[in-house]
Amino acid sequence: MALLEVRDLDMVFGGVHAVQGLSFEVAPGTVYSVIGPNGAGKTTLFNMVSGIYKPTRGRIFFDGEDITGKPPHALARRGLSRTFQNLQVCMNLGAIENVMVGAHLKLSQRLLPAMLHAPWLAKADDACREEAARLMHFVGVGRYVHAHASSLPYGALKRMEIARALAAGPKLLLLDEPAAGLNNTETREIDTLIQKIAASGVTVVLVEHDMKLVMGISERILVLDYGKKLAEGSAAEVRSNPDVIVAYLGGA
Amino acid sequence: MWGDPRKGPLLLVAMIVAALPLVLPNTFYFDVAIRIYLNAVVAVGLNLLIGYAGQISLGHAAFLGIGAYASAILTSRYGWPPVAAMLVGALGVAVLAFVVARPILRLKGHYLAMATLGMGIIVYIVLVTESAWTGGPDGMAVPAFGAELVGERRWYWVAGACLLATIWIACNLVDSPIGRALQALHGSEIAAQVAGIDTARYKVKVFVISAVFASLTGSLLAHYVGFITPQLSGFFHSIELVTMVVVGGMASTYGAVVGAAILTVLPQLLSTFEGYELVVFGLILMLSMIFMPKGLVPNLAGWLRRS
Repeated sequence: MALLEVRDLDMVFGGVHAVQGLSFEVAPGTVYSVIGPNGAGKTTLFNMVSGIYKPTRGRIFFDGEDITGKPPHALARRGLSRTFQNLQVCMNLGAIENVMVGAHLKLSQRLLPAMLHAPWLAKADDACREEAARLMHFVGVGRYVHAHASSLPYGALKRMEIARALAAGPKLLLLDEPAAGLNNTETREIDTLIQKIAASGVTVVLVEHDMKLVMGISERILVLDYGKKLAEGSAAEVRSNPDVIVAYLGGA
Repeated sequence: MWGDPRKGPLLLVAMIVAALPLVLPNTFYFDVAIRIYLNAVVAVGLNLLIGYAGQISLGHAAFLGIGAYASAILTSRYGWPPVAAMLVGALGVAVLAFVVARPILRLKGHYLAMATLGMGIIVYIVLVTESAWTGGPDGMAVPAFGAELVGERRWYWVAGACLLATIWIACNLVDSPIGRALQALHGSEIAAQVAGIDTARYKVKVFVISAVFASLTGSLLAHYVGFITPQLSGFFHSIELVTMVVVGGMASTYGAVVGAAILTVLPQLLSTFEGYELVVFGLILMLSMIFMPKGLVPNLAGWLRRS
């Protein structure tokens, strides 16, 4: 069974059809990529899947459950995490606290133990901090464990967001242009990181601009153009698809 | 030890509270100290909402007023024990804050400010017009908290203990998963939601917590002063509470304490400027905001760290 299934999804902003009649399935344990030119509706699609937008029409199923229109925090509870193209970082917190925020649902949310500094809660929080530090090392920002979020460079913030998403222990990780704004070396490192994440058993859905990155690591690729599905298949299939060539390289 | 706000700084405040009675010359100064401590309790609570969670409230004096009047009415007219009246008042405020919080906290920025302002004004008008219960604009007398608890020198220890307990609780809360969630929704509401934080619920939670701090303080203040008027819940008092938080330092528990001390003492010191004290007061606030935009304590801490 598919981990994520999108059925006949439509999103209309005013008179603009950002996403139109879109359907696809993501099998568990795979890396699935969504590519397309600017304005193709990739981020809109992500915002619908992660509950930030409510689709105009259509349904989204996660792990067999209809999650259409559910708020983001309810989706996090079910095992769906994401990062953002235009960083969403809490600049009022330390880098490691940002990652710990990702593990929010694993910790007690009761008020009284928090107010009274219950020893078991403090212990759980310390364990959470250690796990966050481990994740920061895993994504390659280990040296910023004691830094304030506002002092991190752009590339490190992007990785920190990935660590935050992983801290929730997700089944499905949505990465929104993880390589945007990074140089070639950094892009290659992200490439390796995504493969490491996929190997750890997390299903990854990737929105990306960088064709090179996508082609090498994705089991399946979905090409969007003006909110519609232009093509779907393996890297080789997509690369040789005439419609894709026209959309990306311009028609003859 | 100084890195943990629950240890070094709290010990320092405890020593100040313990030592101050040795140097305070008369009951007038005890009165000022008591008012600082009680104001600080409200400011520390309000700072959880404003400084940490990033939500504004221009109506928190309303909760303080309700707590004060609940204590006054229940003890004087119905003969309730003061502690019971105080707890019932706080419970009532918690329910009221819970009910108004959800619609109000969906608003942001100016709109949230306006909505909380409106709520505060409604409470003020109710306290003024329901004169059969509240004595109207002239106010009402409040019985003593107990036969033993009279006079500034005894109240001093009650207020001091309340302050220390409040600081300890606030520091614990900030340093907990709940505190992190509150700061996260301040930093990026979307990031917080995606991480599984029900931001609407957390905003309601912190609004209710800060309202309960205000209500409990209102009850104590009513019994201490022995006479209350609706001014206690008025707009200017709400502004004063917000100013304590902003001047002392947002997202700094000790900043809120310092802010409360400054806002309580400054008007007394400025009374020599007869007639112009408000002008000087305003000027000092403006200058402190221009040169210390983050607030007194965070700015000073930053300077110390750099030097």
